Amino acid sequence: MSDWQVKYKSSLKDRGTEGILKLREGILLFVPNDPTSDSKLKVLTPNIKSQKYTKEGSKKPAWLNLSNKQGDSHIFEFQNYQDMHACRALITKALAKCEEEQPKKPAAVLTSAEQLSIADLELRFKVLRENIELQRLHKEFVETKVLTEDEFWATRKKLLGKDSIRKSKQQVGLKSMMVSGIKPSTDGRTNRVTFNLTSEIIFQIFAEKPAVRQAFINYVPSKMTEKDFWTKYFRAEYLYSTKNTAVAAAEAAEDEELAVFLKPDEILAQEARQKIRRVDPTLDMEADQGDDYTHLMDHGIQRDGTMDVVEPQNGQFRRSLLQDLNRHAAVVLEGRNIGKHLFAPPSILSSYVFHDVDSENTRSVAEALARVKQVSKADGETTKDANQERLARMSRLAEMEDLQAPQNFPLAPLSIKDPRDYFESQQGNVVNEPRGAGTLKRNVHEAYGSLKESILEIRTKGLRDPLIKPEVAFEVLFYPVVFRSLTQTISTAKNIIGKNPRESFLDRLPKSTRDEVLHHWTSIQELLKHFWSSYPITTTYLHTKVGKLKDAMSNSYSQLEAMKESVQSELRHQLSLLVRPMQQALDAAFQHYDADLQRRTAKSARGSAGEANGSV
Amino acid sequence: MATVASKLYSDDVSLLVLLLDTNPLFWSNRSTTFSQFLSHVLAFLNAVLGLNQLNRVVVIATGYCSCDYIYDSSLTLSGNSESGRTGMPALFGSLLEKLEDFIVKDEELIKEQEHDERIASSLLSGSLSMALCYIQRVFRSGHLHPQPRILCLQGSPDGPEQYVAVMNSIFSAQRLMVPIDSCYIGTQNSAFLQQASYITGGVHHAPKQLDGLFQFLTTIFATDLHTRSFVQLPKPVGVDFRASCFCHKKTIDMGYVCSVCLSIFCEHHKKCSTCGSVFGQSKLDGASTVSDKKRKAPDS
Repeated sequence: MSDWQVKYKSSLKDRGTEGILKLREGILLFVPNDPTSDSKLKVLTPNIKSQKYTKEGSKKPAWLNLSNKQGDSHIFEFQNYQDMHACRALITKALAKCEEEQPKKPAAVLTSAEQLSIADLELRFKVLRENIELQRLHKEFVETKVLTEDEFWATRKKLLGKDSIRKSKQQVGLKSMMVSGIKPSTDGRTNRVTFNLTSEIIFQIFAEKPAVRQAFINYVPSKMTEKDFWTKYFRAEYLYSTKNTAVAAAEAAEDEELAVFLKPDEILAQEARQKIRRVDPTLDMEADQGDDYTHLMDHGIQRDGTMDVVEPQNGQFRRSLLQDLNRHAAVVLEGRNIGKHLFAPPSILSSYVFHDVDSENTRSVAEALARVKQVSKADGETTKDANQERLARMSRLAEMEDLQAPQNFPLAPLSIKDPRDYFESQQGNVVNEPRGAGTLKRNVHEAYGSLKESILEIRTKGLRDPLIKPEVAFEVLFYPVVFRSLTQTISTAKNIIGKNPRESFLDRLPKSTRDEVLHHWTSIQELLKHFWSSYPITTTYLHTKVGKLKDAMSNSYSQLEAMKESVQSELRHQLSLLVRPMQQALDAAFQHYDADLQRRTAKSARGSAGEANGSV
Repeated sequence: MATVASKLYSDDVSLLVLLLDTNPLFWSNRSTTFSQFLSHVLAFLNAVLGLNQLNRVVVIATGYCSCDYIYDSSLTLSGNSESGRTGMPALFGSLLEKLEDFIVKDEELIKEQEHDERIASSLLSGSLSMALCYIQRVFRSGHLHPQPRILCLQGSPDGPEQYVAVMNSIFSAQRLMVPIDSCYIGTQNSAFLQQASYITGGVHHAPKQLDGLFQFLTTIFATDLHTRSFVQLPKPVGVDFRASCFCHKKTIDMGYVCSVCLSIFCEHHKKCSTCGSVFGQSKLDGASTVSDKKRKAPDS
């Protein structure tokens, strides 16, 4: 029934026109009874923002007030409250359905590449605001369409924060807190102890104590409810903690299910024994007797630190802290493979206080664990052939070398090179221009003669006086400064001599030029970075990108030239020295671009020529 | 004497081993004569000895085919004065005498040599080895010893046949933590000396004007090792890391290297001559032949 007799009021004061309100797929239609009146209304359900209605029991008539997104409100007066509620329910349903469909549409419009979350955009703006340099670069390149937004930020992921990178969800491992650390809440008044069991804890208990898991599968729900099961389990834990073995033995004798919890874990012991059997003792010790730690009673830390003696027949009712620790550690190290498909990350799915138990869920956990263990056991089980092979290998490795027959390995003769070869080869076969031996000897003789003469001279005359002329010494000491003065006019030379030659040249430039130079430096670096990363050109996208970059670079180049000319004559040389490496880098990039372009056109020409020549 | 010595021992006591280039083929056609050069050097040695009472100087002459110790300041007796000769400080009388004897010996050695097809290089590897032996002896003399360093005054070009020996000496010096300073007064630049200074942490400089050599020596090379930590000495712009190939002793900057023993060759060999390992076919050759084949196919 989606038609109602209503009176439509555009506002509260309006008297209302009578008509029929129809609710169809996504449309609310009001048709007045009087065909001449023009208050027909068609409202699309997505446009409805909210609906208000009058309460039952108040003396007011049944009104339904719909307000749409544009802010208009339409009031419908129903004949009775029942109708109004029915209409309201239908509208609510329609609205809910609309909301579901709505998000899907805009998602289809945005392509995946451009879909940026609002948080990302905000982060980018923030980074740009803080770093003015970056902002300048961004303005220069991204807004002139030389680089796209993505390319600009591609190399600056670190600035955008590490959170965006660490999107991959980590798999949470097992807790290292032991199961026995679960403390119940005790109610002193009613003498009740309440345990809060989460699915996480149950999983851990099942992983660490396969006997408990087996008992669960066997007893629940056939013999007892899950609540009873856990009650008995915690009773057994309590008995362990009190260390009262006599009481434990007594209770075990009474209640066989409880006895299951109090016995040492047979399944574990069996697993350990199998592991030992599987290991090849000649290769490596993957497992040894010590792995069967459940039976090791006489060393290990007791729970309260005391080392009291236990009667032999009640020995099975004790467990040492070391045993618990070892088992827990083994399970944690095995990891969470079993639980992956069963649980979401540990949020308390259903926390029990021994009511509101979801026994089906727990059972499935227990069965899954059991299945996994079965599979791993089956894999590990040694077949007959494997056994044979192991025995053969063991006998091979256990043999004694002395008693073996002599083995004749293929020998390669030892070749020790004569070390003299190495040293003599250092003389080399360098052949200079062939000179007559006689002339050379004569030259040498003359050389020696002159040398001897020099020594004689110095012996007689002594050291030179003065040893060194002061102008020469001065030149040596102020060598870099003097060199510069030779290449410049006299006026500037007077300024420079005497100043610290290592003063930064940049400080002497006017501020605007200096800023420009520095800006050019960073922008050219950015351009070159993107330019060189686009080679080798494989797609048309890269091709266009390189073209745009090259235009920007030639722009920069001409700007540098203009800057050099604009600066004062005395600073021009230094500025050009400063600017030279930038220009050289740009030149290298241009060269590479031209060479690559040439190669491409040559290849395509050759390719097309080849195609033309070759057969079709 | 020992107690006095220990009291006076400060951080800047140094032992300077000077390797003097006495290659006649180099000095025969230079504008600066050997005597002028010697006077600069002798004055510099005097200055070094004057910096600290306990400083020591050793001079090793690097000849064309031999090297020898010329002077050791710790052995010279101050009594032997040569007041007959004018102008020459008595300290260096014995130095010059020994230098002359050395040159005579060197000349005789070169007469015996049959083939003289080498570049006119001096025996740098020999003198470096002798210097390192002396320094090793000083290290073993006790815990109170001056800090040694080597100063190499060289003008002759590098002999590529000495590459291996020179590199070995450089690495020994590096391990002994002895810096090798080098002052190159020749025309071309010396790759060996640059590498030596770079690897051992010494100073390399090639002065342009030889008549200011004394100034260069005292400004740059007289500083002891302790002082160098707070004095800024000239740094070279770049280091010439060229090596010489093991087969022809040519200087190369791009070649083949054996991956087992790191010996350098200028052309492709089937087998390494140092360690005997057999080389496989180089990937570059294989690629070029393949691309040649591909290019031929469409044309044919």
